[in-house]
Amino acid sequence: MDSTVASTGTEGKTWGGGNKPLGASYGKLMMWFFIVSDALTFSGFLAAYGFSRFKFIKEWPIADEVFTHVPFLHGQELPMIYVAFMTFILIMSSVTMVLAVDAGHHMNKAKVTLYMFLTIIGGAIFVGSQAWEWATFISGDYGAVQTKGGNILQFGEYVSVDGKEKFKRISIDEFAIAEESARAEHERKNGLWFVTEESLPPYTVSEIYNGLAANENILVRNQIINEEGEKTVLSRAESLKQIKENGQLVVKGANLKVNEYGTSLFADFFFFITGFHGFHVFSGVVINIIIFFNVILGTYERRGSYEMVEKVGLYWHFVDLVWVFVFTFFYLV
Amino acid sequence: MAHEHKLEIFRGLLKFKSNTQKIWGVLVFLTIVTAVEVILGIYKPDFLMDTWISPFEGGFFATLGNIILSPFIYMKPLNLIFIILTIVKAYYITWDFMHMRDEKGSLRKMVVWTAVFLICYLIFILLQEGGYVFEVYNTDDALIKRDF
Repeated sequence: MDSTVASTGTEGKTWGGGNKPLGASYGKLMMWFFIVSDALTFSGFLAAYGFSRFKFIKEWPIADEVFTHVPFLHGQELPMIYVAFMTFILIMSSVTMVLAVDAGHHMNKAKVTLYMFLTIIGGAIFVGSQAWEWATFISGDYGAVQTKGGNILQFGEYVSVDGKEKFKRISIDEFAIAEESARAEHERKNGLWFVTEESLPPYTVSEIYNGLAANENILVRNQIINEEGEKTVLSRAESLKQIKENGQLVVKGANLKVNEYGTSLFADFFFFITGFHGFHVFSGVVINIIIFFNVILGTYERRGSYEMVEKVGLYWHFVDLVWVFVFTFFYLV
Repeated sequence: MAHEHKLEIFRGLLKFKSNTQKIWGVLVFLTIVTAVEVILGIYKPDFLMDTWISPFEGGFFATLGNIILSPFIYMKPLNLIFIILTIVKAYYITWDFMHMRDEKGSLRKMVVWTAVFLICYLIFILLQEGGYVFEVYNTDDALIKRDF
């Protein structure tokens, strides 16, 4: 034996093999390393967001004006409330997850089952909320006009609230004067079968211009943030001039090409970052469901250890951790 | 499996009797922090909206000072508070929910130092570059025009 197996002289030492130098099992270590690499992916996204924002620091959309909706409270402007609720739901589901892990350490199958179930429910509520948030963002609010240079012009009027002059947004639906138009949407059945066209905007720029000219009170504001931290509102004459000379496209809502809230990069990053995070939550829910059924079937009871719950727990907390940063950089800062 | 948990947070200021209690304690703390963030975000107090220090001017040391103190010079105090509170939240999620507090020091350093170093590096480079591109776009003789 001695002649075939080399003795390294490290037997029994920390890194000599046969023990766990880091005090964690292989699976848990690998989960930690995966989390580090995934954290780098997310920070890549968020740092790229910061890059683009610094590039357009004077004209970036103000999050409080973009995310103002709460389900069932239609027409009220309540910035942050719904996202704060989503954050709380995710932290709460992190708590039930860590309680499941703790119950696993005490080999308490009933409690692990209950807490895993609650975690799954929390995750599902979060993903649902995010879907709603997306739908609201995509369908849009007030509408705007995009200029030839790709800038966004929005509409509103000054109203006095508690004795203070305040700029209140007006939806393009309220003042645009619809015209008869011969322009029909091009579909495969009424034109060239190998060419498609995306759906036409709700109004043409001239309809918006006529509406603007007919309503003396309506003003245009551009993307530039002034010294008070608000978007610049143009004078009446300048408003008409901007729409007439530079207006190119009427935009309602947001997608990867246009964005009624401001710089189109803002919408792109919103879709990519919250989408990538939502995808993580979704896969987390799926993994949690698998583990949940394994718990019910008694797999870990027979294995003698609930470490698997701990590993998915690490992943689940990581998803929560990422959301904390997304929340700060997208909605707060 | 006997698991040892460290049952104190805030450097021993708050001690808990069991792991479950500690979890609820951390939840309460994280909820308070989030609530503070949301309230600050909605009301935006005026005294937190302007930077407290203006950039130093002239010479190498002024530039160096601007870089070192950049969070205080170029960032609104409100945003700085948000970022600090976020890092506080991240710390408690990692340390207590992910049980980093109970892991061996070597594992902890392997994960945290690597991530923190690389992320700081990336953020520094990209934000620096973003600021530079802004300058290029917005100088008086800029060759790029976007306002039309």
